[in-house]
Amino acid sequence: MSKLVATPGQTVGPFFHYALPYEGSDLLVPVGREGAIRLHGTVTDGAGVPIPDALLELWQADPQGRVVQEPGSLHRDPWTFTGFGRAATDATGHYSFTTLEPGPTEPGKPAFFAVAVYARGLLNRLFTRAYVTAADGSVADDALLTSLPDERRATLLTTREETGFRFDVRLQGDDETVFLTYPGH
Amino acid sequence: MSTVPTDPDAAAASQAEIDAEIAAVAKDYEASGVEETQPRLDFPPYRSSLLRHPTKSLHHTDPEEIELWSPAFGHRDVSPLESDLTMQPNGEPIGERITVTGRVVDGDGRPVAGQLVEIWQANAAGRYIHKRDQHPAPIDPNFTGVGRCLTGPDGSYRFQTIKPGPYPWKNHHNAWRPAHIHFSLFGTDFTQRMVTQMYFPGDPLFSLDPIYQSITDQKARDRLVATYDHDVTSHEWSTGYRWDIVLTGSHRTWMEEEEQA
Repeated sequence: MSKLVATPGQTVGPFFHYALPYEGSDLLVPVGREGAIRLHGTVTDGAGVPIPDALLELWQADPQGRVVQEPGSLHRDPWTFTGFGRAATDATGHYSFTTLEPGPTEPGKPAFFAVAVYARGLLNRLFTRAYVTAADGSVADDALLTSLPDERRATLLTTREETGFRFDVRLQGDDETVFLTYPGH
Repeated sequence: MSTVPTDPDAAAASQAEIDAEIAAVAKDYEASGVEETQPRLDFPPYRSSLLRHPTKSLHHTDPEEIELWSPAFGHRDVSPLESDLTMQPNGEPIGERITVTGRVVDGDGRPVAGQLVEIWQANAAGRYIHKRDQHPAPIDPNFTGVGRCLTGPDGSYRFQTIKPGPYPWKNHHNAWRPAHIHFSLFGTDFTQRMVTQMYFPGDPLFSLDPIYQSITDQKARDRLVATYDHDVTSHEWSTGYRWDIVLTGSHRTWMEEEEQA
């Protein structure tokens, strides 16, 4: 149990573009590097309308499932994978990261991209996970996935494509993405 | 079909209508007897939240390994010069020069050391350097309003900047945001990641602002307001504000030597 009460969050607002994304923030590895994949998708609201002023943050293990603790996310050395990136959505609500496929951090567990979502109109950040899926759409189970009914579980699964993975984020609606809260929040 | 006004530029409601909606939520909150510490995601007086809040409860889960760590940042990422927003190549920004400092700690009071703090803000006239900011207030050619720093071993951060102005927005007719500085914070765990806004004491716009009032509890709202601190004020140079930030608890098992580090 935490002793102190956490400071409240507030919306990222409409004017974060010149502050939070930075040059190369969406390129965890250079496009074209061996093993480079794309993680991309669209962020939509409760009316199914794309959100052009959202920001996604990506935090992930490396392909061997190791948690990376290398600095350099803000000024990248193309040979150092830091596991962190940011991508703002474009005018069509689309975001895209170039990265490496994460490995499972423990044997037998599914690998996932940890994702934080921010947007104008969203009063606090949201956490979710984009699980890596096999070509047939299958994924190993973990505590979170087994705790969800099938239709909710599906919102956390990426779709494997030729160049990587697709992961759409729906902030509201019947097919709304599962957003997470952790003990102590 | 829904008829809720979700056009962010509609500016349809009056301030009195927004005030009444805020008051109704506040009354329900006081009657509930349950203490809230974070903003509501569903807060209709902030019109842009109507279609952008999840309607299902956040799903409780325990963090997995990757979520128990944060990205590492270092001097490769952040130059010490980036904490001074008044240092510009062609001259000083216009406005009231201020120092903003404080500590970032986790829910157990442990300092969050060596982590990235990012800020962004409007200029003294209430204008952002952003192509979507259409407020007809002057752009200051000597102010970008973006800063970064790494916290010290005691979790401390410090920025030199100018006091931002309040600015109008189109949530409702004659809507004005209280002056604020946006803060982005990392902890030791990714689960502690947060983005918020720091306000200035005694702002007359607090009671009128649906973003600030989306935090229904007065004690929680107060946690976003900096304190004027004369010890931070420097002679013949700038006034000083102190604002400490508490992140949620860390889920890691902390070793004694790490605690003392």
